[in-house]
Amino acid sequence: MSVSPAVPTTHARQPKRGWYKRNEIALTPWLFLILPVAFFLTYVVVPIGQSFWISFHQWDGLGEATWVGMDNYNRLLGLGDQNIDRKFETSFWNNIRWLVLYLLAIPMGLFIALFLNQTVTGIRLYKSLFFFPFVISQVVVGLVFSWFYLPNDGLFEIITGFFGLEISGGVLGNPNTATYGIIAAGLWPQTAYCMILYLTGLNAVDSEQVEAARLDGARGWRMLWFVIIPQLKPATFIAFVVTIIGALRSFDLISIMTNGGPFGSTRVLSFYMFEESLSEFGFRMGYGAAIAVVLFFIMLGFIVYFLWSMWQDEKGAR
Amino acid sequence: MFPTPIAKRSRSAQLTYQAFLPLALILWLLPLLAVALFSVKPGADFANGNYWGIPSSFDLFSNYGMVFFESNMPRYLMNSLLITIPTMIGAVALSSLAGFALGIYKFRGNLLIFFMFIAGNFVPFQILMVPVRDLTISMGLYDSILGLVLFHIAFQTGFCTLFMRNFIRALPYPLIEAARVEGVAEWRIFWYVVLPLMKPALAALAVLIFTFIWNDYFWAVVLTQGPGAQPVTAGITEFNSQFRAAYHLMSAGSIVAALPPVAMFFLMQKHFIAGLTLGAVK
Repeated sequence: MSVSPAVPTTHARQPKRGWYKRNEIALTPWLFLILPVAFFLTYVVVPIGQSFWISFHQWDGLGEATWVGMDNYNRLLGLGDQNIDRKFETSFWNNIRWLVLYLLAIPMGLFIALFLNQTVTGIRLYKSLFFFPFVISQVVVGLVFSWFYLPNDGLFEIITGFFGLEISGGVLGNPNTATYGIIAAGLWPQTAYCMILYLTGLNAVDSEQVEAARLDGARGWRMLWFVIIPQLKPATFIAFVVTIIGALRSFDLISIMTNGGPFGSTRVLSFYMFEESLSEFGFRMGYGAAIAVVLFFIMLGFIVYFLWSMWQDEKGAR
Repeated sequence: MFPTPIAKRSRSAQLTYQAFLPLALILWLLPLLAVALFSVKPGADFANGNYWGIPSSFDLFSNYGMVFFESNMPRYLMNSLLITIPTMIGAVALSSLAGFALGIYKFRGNLLIFFMFIAGNFVPFQILMVPVRDLTISMGLYDSILGLVLFHIAFQTGFCTLFMRNFIRALPYPLIEAARVEGVAEWRIFWYVVLPLMKPALAALAVLIFTFIWNDYFWAVVLTQGPGAQPVTAGITEFNSQFRAAYHLMSAGSIVAALPPVAMFFLMQKHFIAGLTLGAVK
């Protein structure tokens, strides 16, 4: 390294440029990427592989892991001469319920967005107050709803009791209704999120097209279906992505509201996985990892679809 | 504009709308209003079965005083801050580096790395649980704030990079070319040209990450235990077992736990919504 002159000269006049200088544009992105990629690999990408590996073992998390091959999966899915794990079966079907019902957040969010897409005094405050539930942690949402559902004294029972409807044991105490009660609680913040996506989307709807359609006599539902919703496609895509991810990640609400009960009827895969690996019943890491892998494969279908759509967009750009 | 602006409708339609608006809001926020009501009631009301009626006395100060002075709540709140703020800084810093590299340069593997960040962001995090917990234990960081922060930074970098990269892509590229012609070093382009233009993105991400991390429960339960390092979301369950069935205190505690992200949202609303709705408009 040469000693730099006391008076800085312009770079262009330096006769010999160093190796770094010559390759600067090729090197810089990698220098910028080292740290973020290293972090992400250590904590996200490598652990996914490790989970796959662990799922072929029997392991209590402390001692030696023993290789058991496909045993965990056989027991979980009832392959070979085994019966399917009943808890897994319940969790799986609950996951499907979550996936399907959670999607209701999208039309509900659109509905509220349409309702609020006006310009009256104070509408901005209304919009942010409607969005409010999304900002609150799911733990608090869970607590709030479990009080709402309290047997006998809960507001929900008072209202349904008024209509002569009786759910024995309360919404969360009854194995037939508990999961739906939790999903309803989850829909509350999720709808708020979809609403804000659609409000932003509606803001950008091409008003000339709307006026033109209006002149052509399009109104109400037909206008919504043929003119507005097609223009809201990007918002709908994001709403779909976040809702699917939210549905498959559901853990906090279940853990807070029922802790998997009554009689394990509200378990979902993510909760069951946690229970197997880290609960007081023992640390069955291998079995837990196998559940997580199954959940991962369910998610993978969606991930591939999301990435494919985004890639289509990328091809169109620059 | 769709639906038809209410100003163009009949007078009666306008009045109905104006009247319906607050009604709908109250209905929508009913569960929260109930908690707010709970939190100012005296404990005796619940014993007497007066759950939803008018409070027999207004106990705001004694209930919240209990939360702040006779429980571990302040400790948990402190932990939450100590987890949230470093994560916010770390994730935003790392992702602006990655976003710059992926948004400005063309090189082999650019899209591949970008898609790795996006895909990693979508995985159900249960699949990371066992290995990450193991890694944290082996680094001696189990039940420590640093252990949680490191993981959160890494995981959030995925989402933030997606955000940053798309934001940087939308910046005028000739600006960077002009700087290169002037002979400005690449890292100086990042620091003096791109970073100042990224201020809205930085703000949006900072508030979003603050909210996400503050509200995290799963990782708090997996990587910590007890008041030493647990954030308020996990602490509230311990708080609730301390005051079992004391609904007035539990709801006061919940409100305190929920307040910081709410405050953040109302203060930084514009950035928050800009961040959340990224990509909702083409």
